[in-house]
Amino acid sequence: MKIHEYQAKTILAKYGVPVPRGEVANTLPEAADAARNLLANGATGVVVKAQIHAGGRGKGGGVKVTFNQADAESAAAKILGMQLVTHQTGPTGQKVQRLLIEETAAIDRELYLGIVLDRATGKLVFMASQAGGMEIEEVAAKDPTAIIKEEIDPAIGLAGYQGRKLAFALGLKPSMVNQAVVFFQSLYKAFVETDASLLEINPFITTKDDKLFALDAKMTFDDNALFRHAEVKALRDVAEEDPLEVEASKYALNYIKLDGSIACMVNGAGLAMATMDIIQYAGGSPANFLDVGGGATQEQIEHAFEILLSDKNVKAIFINIFGGILRVDRLATGVVAAARNLNVTVPIVLRLEGTNVEEGRQILKDSGLNFQVGATMKEAADLVVAAAKVGA
Amino acid sequence: MSVLVDKNTRLIVQGITGKEGTFHAKGAAEYGTQVVGGVTPGKGGTIHEGWPVFNTVAEAVDATGANATVIFVPPPFAADAILEAEDAGLPLIVCITEGIPTIDMVKVWSKIKHSSSRLIGPNCPGVISPGKAKIGIMPARIHLEGSIGIVSKSGTLTYEAVHQLTQRGIGQSTAIGIGGDPIIGTTHIDALRLLNDDPDTEAIIMIGEIGGAAEEAAAAFVKEFVRKPVVGFIAGQTAPPGRRMGHAGAIISGGQGTAAEKMKAMADAGIHVVVSPADIGAKLAEVIGR
Repeated sequence: MKIHEYQAKTILAKYGVPVPRGEVANTLPEAADAARNLLANGATGVVVKAQIHAGGRGKGGGVKVTFNQADAESAAAKILGMQLVTHQTGPTGQKVQRLLIEETAAIDRELYLGIVLDRATGKLVFMASQAGGMEIEEVAAKDPTAIIKEEIDPAIGLAGYQGRKLAFALGLKPSMVNQAVVFFQSLYKAFVETDASLLEINPFITTKDDKLFALDAKMTFDDNALFRHAEVKALRDVAEEDPLEVEASKYALNYIKLDGSIACMVNGAGLAMATMDIIQYAGGSPANFLDVGGGATQEQIEHAFEILLSDKNVKAIFINIFGGILRVDRLATGVVAAARNLNVTVPIVLRLEGTNVEEGRQILKDSGLNFQVGATMKEAADLVVAAAKVGA
Repeated sequence: MSVLVDKNTRLIVQGITGKEGTFHAKGAAEYGTQVVGGVTPGKGGTIHEGWPVFNTVAEAVDATGANATVIFVPPPFAADAILEAEDAGLPLIVCITEGIPTIDMVKVWSKIKHSSSRLIGPNCPGVISPGKAKIGIMPARIHLEGSIGIVSKSGTLTYEAVHQLTQRGIGQSTAIGIGGDPIIGTTHIDALRLLNDDPDTEAIIMIGEIGGAAEEAAAAFVKEFVRKPVVGFIAGQTAPPGRRMGHAGAIISGGQGTAAEKMKAMADAGIHVVVSPADIGAKLAEVIGR
């Protein structure tokens, strides 16, 4: 699960990580008040930052540094409500619905810090780089040696010596090393205690008066651990997500919207991906990823149909089921009921295999509804691609 | 022969009194697996569906001589269940549970990797040696005893590959579902090593998916050590970057973990890579000349 920068900074501040003073603003008057507060309380300038769940906000024009109230307000007016396009949003961009109004910092150096899981070792890794402000992937591609990594033993946590190694490698002044170690350890603690899946401070800055700040903060969380973090779960901003994906999540359906015209309903994540792949291989394009899981109920299947059908690009539906735990006859009953209740008119092509497959095929046949059944995955893919072309 | 499970497997089920545990304990037993008991804390001393239930794994092992366990414990408690099985010295631990927090698995892995226990999964369908025994949730009837080894991150794609083989009359030695999580106990390389060393496995199907770099590492291993034919498929060729495709581990991040990279690494290693999931069985048949 993703959250906004201002939310990440609130969490980090609780763990003692120094962040610049700032306030979130949902409206222009709130933004004006926040700027006024900061300027009246010692800030030499304010930064107006768009809050969306995507990186590259600065390059897209979503971040403005200002030095007086009037400029802050006009920057806020420009950014709030704009359709912000970055390399992560796609061409239509994301509407800016919130701003972070923050005091400026007297930046000396811009550095990078990050914590991620290294899948190869099964350990968390603390990363640091002197190339702050750049995308870390870019740094990794250009000069992997510019990234310093410390593997963390889960029983020990980020040890003091590891923090010092990182601090010295970043070229911090000896007088700043101890506060840097505390900073790094606080980040690690925040990561572990909130079950984060990614934490990036980019840039991590030093100031001219030798202070350290998290100037930006990105945190994402492990969806599998949200059950034990109600406070994190409450930070979800559904306005940043695709409405159909939000709807699907209400019914525990694993749905991701794509741009094609052939909707898919599949059991199992691997087969769901492979179904998208075979649609493309057959000359079509998938409209979504949807894994209905191993124990889909009729109700879930109905909701899944509703979601697939609310995508106006959809010209045909491909149901690809390999019944293991999920019995094919039960699925077929659900599909027939849903197609009847919802009065589905787009062509439906099914490919069914596995437990009770003969009964399942019979249920489809007896329904009198217009289903096409492919004998193999390839045949079904060809059928659905042809059906989508007719419908287009 | 086969690997990991066979007629000598003595299986206990952690979470045997739950719905899933009960259902799949019966399924395993019906297939001929020696299911010798189960564990549900607080229900020790009772009999469930004819099997003795124990409070702890250690007691179950003592009483039954079990040498394998399968875990059907809900995600919040599953990591602990793995640790308990390791502590009891079980050589084979198969964890079916999907949705274990990654940080729990970081801790489990720091223990398991130095252990003599082998963990399969989590978030996997389990292991089957057709005609001998099965540990897991796969539909038994699609399998056929034979000589093809399968290793896969995905449950349903494993079934798909098995089915395509069985329809051609080609049987399987052992099918290993290694799981779709970012941290898994047995990787592609580990499974390939087992199947490569198994004299009765003639050829191997390797199925991967986007995310991480395990398939690339496995490809390097195949190039250096595996002399049996390997057919490969990678799911997620059309997956968008930055999105988690169902499995917790199936995500392309920072340009890493794409299907294209994996397929290239595999092809470079001499693996017969198919683009369509419908061609896995046909390609394998072609490669072994059947």
